[in-house]
Amino acid sequence: MRYWFPYPLLSFALMLFWLLINQSLSPAQILLGAALGISHAWLMVNLRPTKTHMKKAWLVGRLMATVVIDVAKSNIMVMGVILRRRNRPVNSGFVPIHLTLRDENALAILACILTATPGSAWLEFDSQTQVLLLHVLDIENGTAWAELIRTRYEAPLKELFE
Amino acid sequence: MTELFIIWSILLSQVILGLAMACALFRMVRGPRAQDRILGLDALYINAMLLLLTFGMRTANTIYFEAALIIALLGFVSSIAFAKFLMRGEVIE
Amino acid sequence: MSHLTDLPLWAAIPVCILLLVGSIITLIGSIGLLRLNNFYSRLHAPTLGASAGVVLISLASMLCFAVLQNRWIFHEVLIVVFIILTTPVTLMLLGQSALYRDRIEGTHDVPLKEKPVPTPTGTDPD
Repeated sequence: MRYWFPYPLLSFALMLFWLLINQSLSPAQILLGAALGISHAWLMVNLRPTKTHMKKAWLVGRLMATVVIDVAKSNIMVMGVILRRRNRPVNSGFVPIHLTLRDENALAILACILTATPGSAWLEFDSQTQVLLLHVLDIENGTAWAELIRTRYEAPLKELFE
Repeated sequence: MTELFIIWSILLSQVILGLAMACALFRMVRGPRAQDRILGLDALYINAMLLLLTFGMRTANTIYFEAALIIALLGFVSSIAFAKFLMRGEVIE
Repeated sequence: MSHLTDLPLWAAIPVCILLLVGSIITLIGSIGLLRLNNFYSRLHAPTLGASAGVVLISLASMLCFAVLQNRWIFHEVLIVVFIILTTPVTLMLLGQSALYRDRIEGTHDVPLKEKPVPTPTGTDPD
């Protein structure tokens, strides 16, 4: 079973995308989408992605809600920074953060979350020293950035994957 | 009344998105360094995609949606290629 | 524009508000691209358009077509998912290559590779 369907979730997502593009739920399109999804999952086998297993899948919803709220808040904050008067210059800077997260896929998710949030951008991660270099737009009310990222994102991701 | 309302607001948002595209284009033309130009191009294609979505609403034509999806796909690939080139190009220098 | 006249008022108002707010947020993001004064700050500006702008305008389009054509298959979801997945990757790579170039030239004050210099305000206990 595992041999014929190596990545069932990926196949299902591909089929869903196929149906959305074609805007139909006819049996023919479902069959074609399923065939495409299964055959493309075989291509994925050659890439050998590192496998991870989610321990507590129900925590995904809570993490997603946190991310949506934070992205909305940070949008408003960045708009304030951009529209500020010229005599108060933007005080941005680099923040080095030491992470304890090991799992590659969890790190990738953390990178996407941090970069999708407008106030912070992930620049570089050194896997030997486990130090992440983050650029923060408004560092004045961001003195506790390292602590915030550790408690708000890293702890839930750790709970989810490790 | 309703139609006037919605037509004018679609037109207004198209003008606003056009201005946003002009800002991104200005950054792309002027940008002091190569990475600024790539960033401008990235913003430009996202704004163009949003503009196509509003055109699709105005004419109720799905062809605009397909065009927006293709712009999103190709823009992503081209930005990645440019960013990679910046890293590799300097190595040879 | 004959089809837009069929849109009832209760749907027209949210569509207009979503469209205008989305496009104004995108414009603010692009203005930030002009006004912010160094590259790493400007890296944050397009994220505004790519997160809030795309979500709001796609919601407006979905609502409009769902009411007008009674079509409940939302293919705008594809654009939202795709943009949200890809924009972080682009910005991460761009930031990385800019950091690399600045380090080679050594003209801009960027943290070095071996020992990250702590900034005056944002320090880390480690």
